[in-house]
Amino acid sequence: MLFKPTDSYAHDFEVHRDRDACIDCKVCVNQCSYGVHYWDENRKKVMHDSSQCVGCHRCEAMCPTDALRIRRRETEFKDNPLWNSKFIKYIYKQASTGGVLLTGMGCPTDIPVYWDRMLLDASQVTNPSIDPLREPMELDTFLGAKPNSLAFHKDENGKPVLDTKLTPQIKLKTPIMFAAMSFGAINFNLHVAMARAAKECGTCYNTGEGGLHPSLYEYGDHTIVQVASGRFGVHRDYLNAGVGIEIKVGQGAKPGIGGHLPGEKIDARVSETRMVPLGSDAISPAPHHDIYSIEDLHQLIFALKEASEYRVPVAVKIAAVHNVAAIASGIVRAGADIVTIDGMRGGTGAAPAMIRDNVGIPIELALAAVDQRLRDENIRHKASLIVGGGVRCSADVVKAIALGADAVNIGTAALLAVGCTLCGRCYTGKCPWGIATNDALLAKRQNPDVAAKKLANLVRAWSHEIMEMLGGMGLNSIESLRGNRDKLRAVGLSAEEMDTLGVKLAGR
Amino acid sequence: MESETHGPAHRLRARRQNHEVSTVMKAPEKYYDFQKDISGCGVFGVIHKKRGLIPGDMPINAMATMHDRGNGLGGGFAAYGIYPDFADYYAFHIMGDNREALDSAETVLKEFMVIHQSQAIPTRKTSSVKNPPLVWRYFVTPKVERDRPKNMELSETDYTVDVVMYINNNVPGAFVFSSGKNMGAFKGVGFPEDIAEFFRLDEYEAYIWTGHNRFPTNSPGWWGGAHPFTLLDWSIVHNGEISSYGINRRYLCQHDYLCTLLTDTEVVAYELDLLIRRHGLSKEMTSKVFAPPFWDEIERMEEPEREAYTALRATYGPAMLNGPFAILVADSKSLWGLNDRVKLRPLVVAEKDDMVFMSSEESAIREVSPELDRVYMPKAGEPVIVEVEE
Repeated sequence: MLFKPTDSYAHDFEVHRDRDACIDCKVCVNQCSYGVHYWDENRKKVMHDSSQCVGCHRCEAMCPTDALRIRRRETEFKDNPLWNSKFIKYIYKQASTGGVLLTGMGCPTDIPVYWDRMLLDASQVTNPSIDPLREPMELDTFLGAKPNSLAFHKDENGKPVLDTKLTPQIKLKTPIMFAAMSFGAINFNLHVAMARAAKECGTCYNTGEGGLHPSLYEYGDHTIVQVASGRFGVHRDYLNAGVGIEIKVGQGAKPGIGGHLPGEKIDARVSETRMVPLGSDAISPAPHHDIYSIEDLHQLIFALKEASEYRVPVAVKIAAVHNVAAIASGIVRAGADIVTIDGMRGGTGAAPAMIRDNVGIPIELALAAVDQRLRDENIRHKASLIVGGGVRCSADVVKAIALGADAVNIGTAALLAVGCTLCGRCYTGKCPWGIATNDALLAKRQNPDVAAKKLANLVRAWSHEIMEMLGGMGLNSIESLRGNRDKLRAVGLSAEEMDTLGVKLAGR
Repeated sequence: MESETHGPAHRLRARRQNHEVSTVMKAPEKYYDFQKDISGCGVFGVIHKKRGLIPGDMPINAMATMHDRGNGLGGGFAAYGIYPDFADYYAFHIMGDNREALDSAETVLKEFMVIHQSQAIPTRKTSSVKNPPLVWRYFVTPKVERDRPKNMELSETDYTVDVVMYINNNVPGAFVFSSGKNMGAFKGVGFPEDIAEFFRLDEYEAYIWTGHNRFPTNSPGWWGGAHPFTLLDWSIVHNGEISSYGINRRYLCQHDYLCTLLTDTEVVAYELDLLIRRHGLSKEMTSKVFAPPFWDEIERMEEPEREAYTALRATYGPAMLNGPFAILVADSKSLWGLNDRVKLRPLVVAEKDDMVFMSSEESAIREVSPELDRVYMPKAGEPVIVEVEE
């Protein structure tokens, strides 16, 4: 019998402790939820076990004397481009556990990032660029179905009066929303923070599939409530609590599979909100068991519209998969007011590595294909498009809107704003940053006031940058950028890639 | 006239688009691969509210005053009331690169329309106008339903527009550059005063005139690409660059308009047709689609006006013309001037007796009418619409 598992040497990180700087204060011991740091009673000093380190950098950030560095540990297997260390470690791990490889956060594999292959335009001479500090610059966005045309008449004062009744719209002050991240997957403090930040920025956050805690109903004007296959926390008041309802069919990080929130994460508040027993696993089936076809989706959309008395638009969220354009077209024809598309780089609290890294397509291609298909079929106005899954900065937002998105979702970026370091162990429930955990001691590391401020700062900063880029292009309103692919040029892409994106080569 | 977007695949797509709209993809192949025209310009317009006839010398002299606003690569005029004897017929002005192109266009015309009269457009040889195309005019009416080879269900105007589009997209070397009743556009490569000389515009009289002087920066100049741009009775002269062109064009594509000329002005023309003729919007509301009020203005409005403008912007966002522009639009009953919503291009309006002038520069108006009753700069985004009195 071996003393330790054969693969324990091949871990990803190692702790470097500057012994001169370390004062054995045990902050690292208290901060690390994975048991890397410990007090050695015999040696009377703080020691560590690097094999447990997940690379979250919490200890490094909190060390009062800057004595800690977490570095990648390169176990140098013999060079082999096919059998690189990732796959060697996967096999060691699965041989030990017999289980599915579990991961958190978005796909880290080296698939092309098309955002980086598209460049933006700016005005020179023939039209003036506009300075957003001196001129109005409008990011206001309306999500929902629009009519093909409008009719007006004039009142006695000559003012226009609208004759066409519009279906409900979600009004945003900026085209950036917080993506669906359920209460349970992330903790209550962050839901409070997202709700407050959304209110402050005039945008929306999304409940995810975990229901809505009663204390957050006051933020309803900035809330989109989600209905997923597990139907957790779905009831009449919930459906009427927000400004939109989203049916979650799929998620970019794990298209085609459901979700699993382990019983350990189901504390009293999660249990109450999700309407599931305390401590029991909450399992979302892979499909909705009342949607086995597009006509079933049509019925669910209208069931939800009936339940909310047609006061709010209904969105359908899908993962970006191969036939995404045809699927999106079907969704619009089924009556959805908004189509949310989540690209394969979208984050997750837990997904099998094989699914996360191999299923789906990048959001840039999916978005371009869907927008063009809906236009070809003359139904683009019947639904708004929200995209997410790998939006990293305001330039990505601008490029997404130029490709045709109405608004973007940010999930990973929002978590980074509150301290996430993308260590990818969300599924353990031991997040040392207090994000993907319901452990009371860990969760209180997120102060809702501080987190709300950071989230609002991020949205504000990006919005300012979007205004600068818009003004540079000589535009003063976001709708003139939306679908305006003339503002994009490609570098380093094949003719087919450019054709799919609907973008010309730079220089042409 | 040929450009990279006019290849065989494009043509095929265009043909399918025009005639099998419901069953095929709307966007042409490589719809994104276009060279957009970029140009600065001078514009002038005058209307006589009582339909009094204004001799051609007035717009010609006004445009000549703004000579420096162009670079000789495009000039043109539109005139209303010039064909009173043929007022019930559509006057098709067609240019052809050669006799063969013109004959092909005529063959199409004969198939779809009844030709009542046809003649060469009178021209003068002028040294400053190089290699002009053949220009010919036809006074036509659409065939009535059962005599039509196809599209029996279309209204007279839809059918006529369809014939214009068909010739422009499918007959190589031929181009219909005017198709309204009792009006005509005259345009080409040259300074406006040279184009006027070529077309003998000093011999015409009209109750509405518009003129245009073009300063393209990136195109060699093609006769069909000059302004005014026309569709049926509508004519447009335009000084500006529409920065929203990319989405305006896709929006129009979605509504079955195929933009082939790659100019901003074509977009304006098709949007006018869509919004006014097909959607039934008034000129005032169409102006607000083109140059909408800012959201902070809308928020200060009273209901129901606020609801009206909110819906307008939410619905017609893709049709908004963003970027600097001053546009003059004419039809048989009105002259209509509009600036972008931050007024990034000049537009001045002046009144004298029954005449109203609109121009890029006041100098052009003063040149042809030194004494004026009133001169003013319309506000950004505020349309000036002058109708003839019936």
